[in-house]
Amino acid sequence: MASVYFDGATRLHKGNTKPSVDSVTLDIEDGEFLVLVGPSGCGKSTTLRMLAGLEPVDAGRILIDGHDQKGVRPRDRDVAMVFQSYALYPNMSAEENMAFALRNGGMSKAEARQRVHEAAEILELSPLLGRKPGQMSGGQRQRVAMGRAIVRNPKVFCMDEPLSNLDAKLRVSTRAQIAALQRRLGVTTVYVTHDQTEAMTMGHRVAVLKDGVLQQVDTPEVLYDHPVNTFVAGFIGSPAINLIDAKVHDGRAEFFGATTPLERDRIGDAASVTIGVRPESWTVADALDKNGVALKVDLVESLGAEVFIYGSPEMDEEAKRITVRTDKKHRPAVGDIVRVTPVADEVHVFDASSGERL
Amino acid sequence: MSDTSAEVAVDVTGGGAHNAEAMSHSGPAMKIAGYAAMVVVFLVVALPLYWILVTSFKQQQDIYTQPAEWWPKHFTTTPYHAATTQIAFWDYVRNSVIITAILSVTKIVLGVISAYALAMLRFPGRGLLFVVIIAALMVPNQITVISNYALVSQMGWRNTYQGIIIPLAGVAFGTFLMRNQFLSLPGEIIESARMDGAGPLKMLWRVVLPMSWPTLIAFSIITVVNEWNEYLWPFLMSDDQRTGTLPIGLTFLQNNDGTSQWAPIMAGTVLAMLPVLILFLALQRHMIKGLTAGAVKG
Repeated sequence: MASVYFDGATRLHKGNTKPSVDSVTLDIEDGEFLVLVGPSGCGKSTTLRMLAGLEPVDAGRILIDGHDQKGVRPRDRDVAMVFQSYALYPNMSAEENMAFALRNGGMSKAEARQRVHEAAEILELSPLLGRKPGQMSGGQRQRVAMGRAIVRNPKVFCMDEPLSNLDAKLRVSTRAQIAALQRRLGVTTVYVTHDQTEAMTMGHRVAVLKDGVLQQVDTPEVLYDHPVNTFVAGFIGSPAINLIDAKVHDGRAEFFGATTPLERDRIGDAASVTIGVRPESWTVADALDKNGVALKVDLVESLGAEVFIYGSPEMDEEAKRITVRTDKKHRPAVGDIVRVTPVADEVHVFDASSGERL
Repeated sequence: MSDTSAEVAVDVTGGGAHNAEAMSHSGPAMKIAGYAAMVVVFLVVALPLYWILVTSFKQQQDIYTQPAEWWPKHFTTTPYHAATTQIAFWDYVRNSVIITAILSVTKIVLGVISAYALAMLRFPGRGLLFVVIIAALMVPNQITVISNYALVSQMGWRNTYQGIIIPLAGVAFGTFLMRNQFLSLPGEIIESARMDGAGPLKMLWRVVLPMSWPTLIAFSIITVVNEWNEYLWPFLMSDDQRTGTLPIGLTFLQNNDGTSQWAPIMAGTVLAMLPVLILFLALQRHMIKGLTAGAVKG
């Protein structure tokens, strides 16, 4: 078990002018479950691979337990990795796959066997130990890949989208299992995903990356309630937040005929802002209420307990569609006009040009 | 020979499956054309083989009869007796076995190790080295034969095993084939093995080679067959049964008493063919694809 510290870690791939990972500074506590999240190509996997020693660090440092890992080979870092493809050895049985690292490290056959059987017990793999990867289902292979990491009892787990090859149902249950396993073992874990649901549900803290630059690191709740910029606001949450350009007039933001109050000391003398309203931060108003956005309903998604309404503002049908979450009692038909107003204290305000939170 | 070898190899590394798939999706005309091509190829390959086999059981006077005799009228095994007694047949077999074994092992080991280095290690000049190896592949044997002969005979290596073996032991083809195979392996498995603390040799033996068996076996068969059939160089290097290989021995059979006695020659050819045929039949089922199934992807 160990802490991990990224100190301005940078990775510049040969031939590129822009670094894939740009001066990331990140302090991960001992025993913490940190999720690295971002769209594809944001450098999250590269960040993880730098920690594992599979990619060099071109500038800055990575420390494990306070020790600079520069020049330390992957095998000597005491880091275990779970790959997206699982990367099991096809010629070895599950047991041999899991024991491979232990035996390479010079552990006796009997001890390795015992460790493997303990791990198999935890992962419910005991009956499958004699099978080869080709004879297992995707979920079973995924567990063997997990087992291969946990038998080593490493300082750090690195997981690179370990759930993305599973079907939706299995993904949900495995998600919970991995989170529970991490709590039980208490091993510092860095988990890479592009799925914001995994990020929100699994990690103690979530780090959001964009174009190699770290945007925000915080608990899932803070990311959701206080995103530092429009990118984080847009990335976290599903369906996504509504980002609307609004004119500032008389201390209020005006958009599509509706207004919402702004805190004057935060916006300064800006003439326009971007406001962010989450789907659940709207209330459906009376049809006669003039202080609301009139939406022409394009699509209604009914998920049982909740209903999502997607509609274009009547005043500007070219504008981006607005998503509104209502309960199941409000179920308008496509083509209806619905008036919605934002809940004033749940509105996020961002700088119109930089996208930074105001 | 080397042309057909390359085809077999490419097939094993993947082309074949795609062709078969494409074939099944096209119309009946393509299908018929495909079968017709197969029949033509079969006849081209099988007819001479059949003729060799049949002739080896004929009596001398039946060989030249017109019309051709497709089945021996006077069935006899005398040619086999002649082939194994008129020349020092078993000495030639011994030479063939020794030379083929040493050459094949050397070529396979060198090919695998050099390919592994070219595929897995990073060192300056790696690309250039690979180009040089490919270039070596382009130079036909016949071009280097004269200078090699001069050198080796000066060293007094005529009629020695090393004189035959060492000049033939270069392995551009194997290096090329195995390097491409190694590069086609999923990178994550190699990285995984690195993280699991596998050293270079353990990685080769436990991870890389087990995923490369089909290609390695194809390469091995090609090598063994090539070495077993190697004619020009051993012929130049050996005068008699001290170091001559089977194909050389068959030449002496031909010249034994002035006229060409085809029946014993064909019998000798059949006998020379048998070992590699058996080897091929024994190993061909290992040349199937799909040994990496289950390694990556769910």
